[in-house]
Amino acid sequence: MRFSHKILGLAAAMAVSASASVAFAQTTITGAGATFPFPIYAKWADEYKKATGTAMNYQSIGSGGGIKQIQSKTVDFGATDMPLAAADLAKDGLVQFPAIIGGVVPVTNMDSVKPGEMKLTGPVLADIFLGKIKTWNDKAITDLNPGLKLEGPITVVRRSDGSGTTFVFVDYLSKVSPEWKSKIGVGTAVAWPEGVGGKGNEGVAQYVQRIKGSIGYVEYAYAKKNKLDHIALKNKDGQFVQPEEATFAAASAGADWKGTPGMGVILTDQVGAKSWPMTSASFILMQSKPAKPEASREVLKFFEWALKNGSKSAVELDYVPIPTATVSLIQAEWKKVTDASGKAVF
Amino acid sequence: MARANGSTSKANSFALQDKIFGYSTQFFALLVLVTLVGIIASLFMGSWQTLSETGPKFFVTDTWDPVRKVFGGMAPLWGTIITATIALVIGVPVSFGIAIFLTEMCPPALKRPLGTAVELLAAIPSIIYGMWGLFVFAPLFAETLQPVMINTLGKIPVIGVVFQGTPNGFGVFTAGVILSVMVIPFIASVMRDVFDTTPPILKESAYGLGATTWEVVWNVVLPYTKAGVIGGIMLGLGRALGETMAVTFVIGNAYNISPKLFEPGNSIASSLANEFNEASDPAHLSALITLGLTLFVLSFCVLAASRWMLSTLTKREGKRT
Amino acid sequence: MSALEIVPGSSTGKSLATPDNPIYKRRVWVNRFNMLMSLGTMAFGMVFLLWILFTLFSKGLAAFGPALFTQMTPPPGSDGGLANAIFGSLMIVGSAIFIATPIGIMAGIYLAEVGRDNWVAKITRFINDILLSAPSIVIGLFVYTLIVANVKHYSGWAGAVALAIIAVPVVVRTTETMLLLVPNSMREAAVALGAPQWRVVLMVTLKSVQGGVVTGVLLALARISGETAPLLFTSLNNQFWSSDMNAPMANLPVVIFQFAMSPYEEWQRLAWAGALLITLTVLVLNIIARTLFRQKSQ
Repeated sequence: MRFSHKILGLAAAMAVSASASVAFAQTTITGAGATFPFPIYAKWADEYKKATGTAMNYQSIGSGGGIKQIQSKTVDFGATDMPLAAADLAKDGLVQFPAIIGGVVPVTNMDSVKPGEMKLTGPVLADIFLGKIKTWNDKAITDLNPGLKLEGPITVVRRSDGSGTTFVFVDYLSKVSPEWKSKIGVGTAVAWPEGVGGKGNEGVAQYVQRIKGSIGYVEYAYAKKNKLDHIALKNKDGQFVQPEEATFAAASAGADWKGTPGMGVILTDQVGAKSWPMTSASFILMQSKPAKPEASREVLKFFEWALKNGSKSAVELDYVPIPTATVSLIQAEWKKVTDASGKAVF
Repeated sequence: MARANGSTSKANSFALQDKIFGYSTQFFALLVLVTLVGIIASLFMGSWQTLSETGPKFFVTDTWDPVRKVFGGMAPLWGTIITATIALVIGVPVSFGIAIFLTEMCPPALKRPLGTAVELLAAIPSIIYGMWGLFVFAPLFAETLQPVMINTLGKIPVIGVVFQGTPNGFGVFTAGVILSVMVIPFIASVMRDVFDTTPPILKESAYGLGATTWEVVWNVVLPYTKAGVIGGIMLGLGRALGETMAVTFVIGNAYNISPKLFEPGNSIASSLANEFNEASDPAHLSALITLGLTLFVLSFCVLAASRWMLSTLTKREGKRT
Repeated sequence: MSALEIVPGSSTGKSLATPDNPIYKRRVWVNRFNMLMSLGTMAFGMVFLLWILFTLFSKGLAAFGPALFTQMTPPPGSDGGLANAIFGSLMIVGSAIFIATPIGIMAGIYLAEVGRDNWVAKITRFINDILLSAPSIVIGLFVYTLIVANVKHYSGWAGAVALAIIAVPVVVRTTETMLLLVPNSMREAAVALGAPQWRVVLMVTLKSVQGGVVTGVLLALARISGETAPLLFTSLNNQFWSSDMNAPMANLPVVIFQFAMSPYEEWQRLAWAGALLITLTVLVLNIIARTLFRQKSQ
């Protein structure tokens, strides 16, 4: 019995300390959503905690989850890679602003091809993912890559879970391929006609690394960290571009933040000679009339700090910070978050 | 007289105390039942939208299209059943062998440590199997055994189609193999326990007639413990149906109905783990909860059958002694 | 290979068990082959156990050190530990056991001592055995709809409730099994001394199998320590140290899952270290529980 007493005692002590700790809990804000910006939000949160003592707990449950959680008010802010339309924002009483920019990159696993060597166009990429092009020596691919030794079957790798990364990828494909648009459409999860599904970016990266002759798509950071072979893509201006910070930044430079309601700019297939066609911003969603205005004030404080001080870490982790010119637009958007009396919380 | 009165009142108060005690323990026992009812009710409510709008067609529709909001549960149901079948096809003979080894062959000194070691396989958390499957087993399988299987078994006419495909290590077959390792301890320990219930006199008479160990196991022990053995297999099946993390890591996660076992597939549990937190559309959510309800009902039936088989054995036990 | 082959030998009265009898030879070889296969299957099982343990040790030891227990989960690209996740897991699992133990013991007492063979007990026993193997992801769904969707936030408590639902059947089952091991003469002796049933149960029978009941609690602990699926939808996770059970809470399984799937080496190292830690805990708990159980049932 003594042993069981100990167990019960330990559990009791834990329960007591749990309830006691509520009394003097530190300031904590909770956010959830997109997996794509998770590393940078986690990094910012760590730096912010050291600078101010406020803990910002961000959990990556996916863009769809971020939207669902902020709609049902289970979190202080949600995050999504798929911007909500102005009508949806108004309906749910939400405020939206971008926080970070990054790129989605097609990656391959071919022994005979070096990173960045293979060139593809959007329509060819769509045909591969539609299952219409099944081998690497298909004329559509060899015509674009006259010097490369290409052979063998293609294994398509894509996401199994709903994902903002998928949204960016298929949004681009449906902009460049009418067949993709009519057959598959756009969403965080779609009915894939082809391929192996990996859970999360890492799942896709794992599969691409393991399967010879595969092609998948991941966020840039995952491609870089896992040393996957990226490809060059033809952008809207007809130029072949490599995925890198400069081409992501070029794509975001032309964005019309001001003219798009809710700042919901989709950065795929942008004009500009150096624009990477699969660039994307990641968005923050907040209640415009939050039940806990103090928590929302802390959230905005955090993002003000991050937009001002977070650029260095963003670049370190292969993201593109929001351009300085855009920050003032974002701050204007913040005024829409008000307390019950209609006064801006921040 | 007074004394007698005292003892009656004492007896009365005892009866009352016991009544209170009985009811309070009953309350907690009923909590277990309430939990079950609660699970079924909440899943049923969550899946109402799909059940009322799509109805039984849900289970024979193979489209899963979140963009057009068309959801059919046939592919994950197929994957769940196929992976569990593979797990049993590999797991049952192996468990049978282990149980024979532990009951008939093993030196007494090793019986306990080896028995515990097998049971420890069941204790390893599912997520560990998943990580091991993704990072260690699948790549190795793709490089070694899988190409060999494709080149030999895949060449057999008709049934060869089952073993065709690209050797990438992931898919329904890998999931089934990992599941088999996970269910072996459950099946093997039930088999061992029921084998041990065979009355020694039966075994000894067979040995006395000159039967070999194998003949004793096959012709005496197995017929005697048939119900328990089937119960153990059903228990393993119940486990295999609902296993989540390990399957999610290696199954390939594609809504795909195909006889090719090396192709990616999906199970109900892996669909839930992949999509539940993400699903924001009510139709999608309801379709997922319908899958959850299906899984629960399915494993409930299998486990109930398992219980029933095992209890017939215990009953006979009871009559014998 | 069947009993029929034994019969002719014994009916003729002449021993056929001579080395040159072809039927006997075949039987011996069938036996040898099958016994060899049996040995092979045992080896098969052991290979997987050792292989998994070897993988865990070879990959997990790299990040094993004092920092693992003292530092917080780091942002990507820096070193750190799992202190907050370990603490969170202890809190969630501890609370779950705290909820599950009394419920499980009381229900176990009902099955073994009070209800015995009445229909409530029969149904409860049956349902309990099924819940013992119920898919844990479905339990997660249930608690999500029951708690998270209603109170509108993820919380450590939600995770604890989900784990408690998984733990209760284990405690019920072991408690009942243990109580049934107590000889009836002991109960009769206590009743003859004039004790009411509740005292007999609590002071005599339950006390005599306390080690067994602890076994049940330990097995339940082992069962829920590594559960990941139900926590994904309930307690979520937390990057920082948090002791607030009303908020999302860090816990080992979800951290392992998240870190294993990341592209960052530091995170993957920590994921393997966490995996090793959790597996060792679970295995040790199991071994202790089994040792206690054996002492009790002998």
